[in-house]
Amino acid sequence: MKNNSFLKGITDGLPICLGYLSVSFAFGIFATESGMTLLQTLLISMTNVTSAGQLAAVPIMAAGGSLAELALAQLVINLRYALMSVSLSQKLDKNVSLFDRFVIAFVNTDEVFAVAAGKEGAVGKRFLYGLILTPYLGWSLGTLIGAGAGQILPTAVTSALGIAIYGMFIAIVIPPAKKSRATALCVLAAIALSCAFSYIPGLNQIPGGFTVIICAVLASALFAALSPISIAEEDENNA
Amino acid sequence: MREIPFWLYLLVCAGVTYLIRMLPLVLMKKKIKNRFLLSFLYYMPYAVLSVMTIPAIFSSTANMVSAAIGFVVAVILAYFEKSLVQVAALSCVAVFIAEYVMKLL
Repeated sequence: MKNNSFLKGITDGLPICLGYLSVSFAFGIFATESGMTLLQTLLISMTNVTSAGQLAAVPIMAAGGSLAELALAQLVINLRYALMSVSLSQKLDKNVSLFDRFVIAFVNTDEVFAVAAGKEGAVGKRFLYGLILTPYLGWSLGTLIGAGAGQILPTAVTSALGIAIYGMFIAIVIPPAKKSRATALCVLAAIALSCAFSYIPGLNQIPGGFTVIICAVLASALFAALSPISIAEEDENNA
Repeated sequence: MREIPFWLYLLVCAGVTYLIRMLPLVLMKKKIKNRFLLSFLYYMPYAVLSVMTIPAIFSSTANMVSAAIGFVVAVILAYFEKSLVQVAALSCVAVFIAEYVMKLL
């Protein structure tokens, strides 16, 4: 199966866009409250397109931290994207050119990646451009609104919006976990590790970016060894 | 010591993030044949999203109870394979209602 419809990309990108509107909205409020100007806040969102990385960057910038500290924080928190880019590189259709890769990489977020990775078979450039368009606009627009008018919205609304992105993660993870026992067990293992790294003294001192990488790599490697995907599946994925 | 200008912060921040995403995507041109690696890459996104969701979701709203209710609603809807928008939007609605009811109690 080939996924190369721009319109299908737009449709699949819309929930990401909605989720991003709320998350970037929260980021906009946070950044301006931390002392960034509206323009600076917007520029950060438009050039980074990463929630956790930006959340870590703002306090460093606001406190006048060193460039090395900023670079290291981004490296650690965002290193998971390298794994995702490796994975996505395996899904790309032949019609995705080198230039396309430079563009798509810019908006290869957790959610964009998760949707692309969840597709059966290769993904084409039209689909990918459709997929990244509205999330990018939503991320930028949400930041602008949050930075400009965040304080106007009642807290009951901003609190409820806080869960949107996680709801979307759950919607991506559960259907494949339902169909494959190994996937479900891998998800449970990842959750157990994540909780261990959040609550066990000592382990919970490790920065969040490292935690994500350690837990995800351990759980995926364990199940890749215990329950490798069938070669038929692989052929299907490469078809 | 001179203050670091904003544009330099922005350049470093965006530059590091972009390189992390761009280099693997541009350099990995060949299809991976190794079965372990393919399996690893298949499981990885689900593991990453799970790690990012739990336990963080329980502190994503005003209190843990409303977050737990939103979580349960999302899991049930996802189990019945509702779309990404439906799951995300309805878990927000569940949180909103839960917090409203808790205020009345």
